[in-house]
Amino acid sequence: MPPREGVYGLLAEFNTPSELVHATEMAHRAGYRRMECYTPYPVEEAAEALRFHKTRVPLLCLLGGLAGLTTGALLEIWINVWGYPLNLRAMPLFSWPAFVVPAYEMTILFAGLSAAFGMIALNGLPQLYHPLFNAPNFASGATTDKFFLCLEANDPRFEGAKTREFLEQFSPVSVVEVDH
Amino acid sequence: MATQGPIPEIVDPMIDPRTGEYAVIAPGQTFKSVTQKIAGIVLTSNTPIAWMGGLFLAATVALGVVIAVTWLVLKGVGIWGITIPGAWGFAIINFVWWIGIGHAGTLISAILLLFKQTWRNSINRFAEAMTIFAVVCAGMFPLLHVGRPWLGYWLLPYPNTMNVWPQFRSPLAWDVFAVSTYATISVVFWYIGMIPDLGTLRDRATMPLAKYIYGMLSLGWRGSTRHWIRYESASLLLAGLSTPLVLSVHTTISFDFAVAAMAGWHTTIFPPYFVAGAVYSGFAMVLTLAIPIRKFYHLEDLVTLRHLDNMAKVMLATGSIVGYGYGMEVFMSWYSASHWEFFMMWNRMFGPMGWAYWVLILTNLAIPLTTLWSRKLRVNVGYLFFLSFVVNIGMWFERFVIVVTSLYRDYLPSSWGTYRATKWDYMLFIGTWGLFTTLFLLFARLAPMVPMSEIRMMLPQTKVRPGGADAEVVVQEAL
Repeated sequence: MPPREGVYGLLAEFNTPSELVHATEMAHRAGYRRMECYTPYPVEEAAEALRFHKTRVPLLCLLGGLAGLTTGALLEIWINVWGYPLNLRAMPLFSWPAFVVPAYEMTILFAGLSAAFGMIALNGLPQLYHPLFNAPNFASGATTDKFFLCLEANDPRFEGAKTREFLEQFSPVSVVEVDH
Repeated sequence: MATQGPIPEIVDPMIDPRTGEYAVIAPGQTFKSVTQKIAGIVLTSNTPIAWMGGLFLAATVALGVVIAVTWLVLKGVGIWGITIPGAWGFAIINFVWWIGIGHAGTLISAILLLFKQTWRNSINRFAEAMTIFAVVCAGMFPLLHVGRPWLGYWLLPYPNTMNVWPQFRSPLAWDVFAVSTYATISVVFWYIGMIPDLGTLRDRATMPLAKYIYGMLSLGWRGSTRHWIRYESASLLLAGLSTPLVLSVHTTISFDFAVAAMAGWHTTIFPPYFVAGAVYSGFAMVLTLAIPIRKFYHLEDLVTLRHLDNMAKVMLATGSIVGYGYGMEVFMSWYSASHWEFFMMWNRMFGPMGWAYWVLILTNLAIPLTTLWSRKLRVNVGYLFFLSFVVNIGMWFERFVIVVTSLYRDYLPSSWGTYRATKWDYMLFIGTWGLFTTLFLLFARLAPMVPMSEIRMMLPQTKVRPGGADAEVVVQEAL
């Protein structure tokens, strides 16, 4: 991957979630699309302002669960019916009620791991470097008590000075240019 | 006799004047104050002397595990008190006891999340940690009890040259799946929950090594909104999966007993009664840990009397279910008209080990279920701390009574025996307390004990007003 250079985007810092959501909503109305909010806790209103509603985490979880159920059930059936049949107390070889518990646990195991690691993968994590970490005020605030809106430079509407002017009208604490 | 007059003003700032309830979080907290408080405990370079002393003591006790296990591996399970007919001694009692303790952590982190009980946020993280450490202690026992722990992998289905496979019609094989899934999902849930807070620690750490380690562990978390939405979705799914999981784990453990055709075990009430007992003892353990921790680290503003009160209420409810279970066992042993069941119950109460039954009734029912109705006692920190020990002793005796008094008087009087635990049994059991405390102390020092991001969500400042009002207005409105 060639090293990316130049401006990553403009980062506006706000003190309250309300100001952030307002600015995000206005940016969306003004036609900005490549933007992201950074908050110290989940702010659902910000996601609405970004028009980000659907995640594929539940789908991955469902697929994982189905895979776990199938794996668990087939494993037990193959072992107890074909692989290693044992006549125990004259119980039928395919005594499915006894197979419920392990198959159920495997369903939960696979579904849970898919949800957790699926979330991490969809989020593109681990990503130990990110341009925003270069911003002087980002690290001290984004995971503590500040609310950030970043308008990214690869948005077609992004124009350095104009975009800065646009952000300044929401009276942010600061607007910082972030480099790659 | 009531004196008429103006209602005295409530002076306690922790009591919400509108509801008369204790506040979940002390008033006046901000995003910054919460973060500083919790991150400060971890990031300080000054390790408290008391913590060092505690760790030294706990680690010394934990050495008991090392010694007892070494001797066990050298000599075999004959060094324990297990015999025929009492083949399930301390190992199984301790296994059920420890894993039951773990269940409260999952209940708090998963079930109370689904029920939107936001008060749980403050105690969620260390309750989850308690779960994991309790499962660590629990998992050791059945593995050692098999006799040759180094062949423990034989429990797993894997292709081998002996061409032998597990037998899935036995509850003991179900246990392997239930407990290993429980341990895995608990660790994952705990870690996922910690990622944003690890990001906070990374950003606040000043020492390069701490910055590096927390930076790696936080996976580069930066609080992006899209990340948060997926994160919340995954947390909710994990909670939804953990809820049936935690119920299934103790159900499966109760099947170890209930599926066996043994008087006192072969009963359908075992699954719900085991799960309720697990939650009961688990909440007692959360209190045992929370009370000293909130005092030692001055977390009274975040873990308030409201939490203690609510936990005591959960104990009252689950303790009552357990009491119903005991009552039903006695009733069914008479109503079933089974000679064996009747004898088992009579022997359990008045036989040679009858004292254990009455200790159990005293500690699990008589003391807690009479006193927990009083709100004054529910918010009396000293009393709750005492009670948490009482209940944990009671729950240990419950498992002792179930395991021992059913086994040592089985169907054939000629095979009757007795059960006496040896010093190795005691050493291993007491050693696991040390191991549990050691792990917990390390956790309290190195990881954020209270989930910062979840506490921030509970503050009034989070309210979003259309049009972008400033902080003062929002806080004023929320109050």
